[in-house]
Amino acid sequence: MSLDPSFVGRTYPPTAPYQVGREKIREFATAIGATDAAHHDPVAAQALGHPDVVAPPTFPVIVTMAASRQIIEDPALGVDYSRLVHGDQRFAYTRPVVAGDELVCTNTIEDVSNRGGHGFLTTRTDVSTVAGEPVVAVWARYVIRGEG
Amino acid sequence: MELPVKTFRVTRADLVRYAGASGDFNPIHWSDRVATKVGLPGVIAHGMFTMALVGRAVAEWAGAPDAVVEYGVRFTRPVVVPDDDQGTEIEVTAKVREVTEDGLTRLDVTATCLGEKVVSQARATIRTAS
Repeated sequence: MSLDPSFVGRTYPPTAPYQVGREKIREFATAIGATDAAHHDPVAAQALGHPDVVAPPTFPVIVTMAASRQIIEDPALGVDYSRLVHGDQRFAYTRPVVAGDELVCTNTIEDVSNRGGHGFLTTRTDVSTVAGEPVVAVWARYVIRGEG
Repeated sequence: MELPVKTFRVTRADLVRYAGASGDFNPIHWSDRVATKVGLPGVIAHGMFTMALVGRAVAEWAGAPDAVVEYGVRFTRPVVVPDDDQGTEIEVTAKVREVTEDGLTRLDVTATCLGEKVVSQARATIRTAS
């Protein structure tokens, strides 16, 4: 089943706020072996000018992957999740995520195409604080493999 | 300019820990049964785990945990992680492509596993260390 190109440009309603916890940042940093003190110790993070521990660069994917279900599970778009492959991922940061952030995601479909029996979907997620301060823009490109 | 090579060992235990920390519980990252059923050679690492390790290398080269301004990769090949104590190894290298006048350094990054590229078009922009 091919993807509907008329979805290009569609923006979804903002997601419910995600509360970034200090222990979650520590847990994520530990899982990827990131030992820099600023990921673990608020005092070390404050010495770099941040209000609390700093998340590693790919941490926002926790928030954006959950948010992207809005698109991937949109029955009108018709993505077959079992055939979905993560193709590209990109982050452009206004500032790093820090503990205490309350983050809201706004998803936009940037591109939809069908080639060689496969579907291609590019999403942009603008991650901002509940107060509207931009934090990071996140792009993901997915390939939905064709059958056969 | 070439930056010093960084290597990361990846075992099944690392994948389980990353699954828990990231919330990505796709069974292709922990079940050989499911992985082989969908045509993979076995359990593979989360693409985002590989990207996180490469991101660690970038932050270490930058010399600061908050220096990454932009970071993107294309996933080209799965990282197969055998169920043994050795696991596998990802090797990360980078070249400085550009140092801009407004204090940014652009890197072209390569990550390989068993000699094969696992990401392509991997680019990072970091604030130049002062």
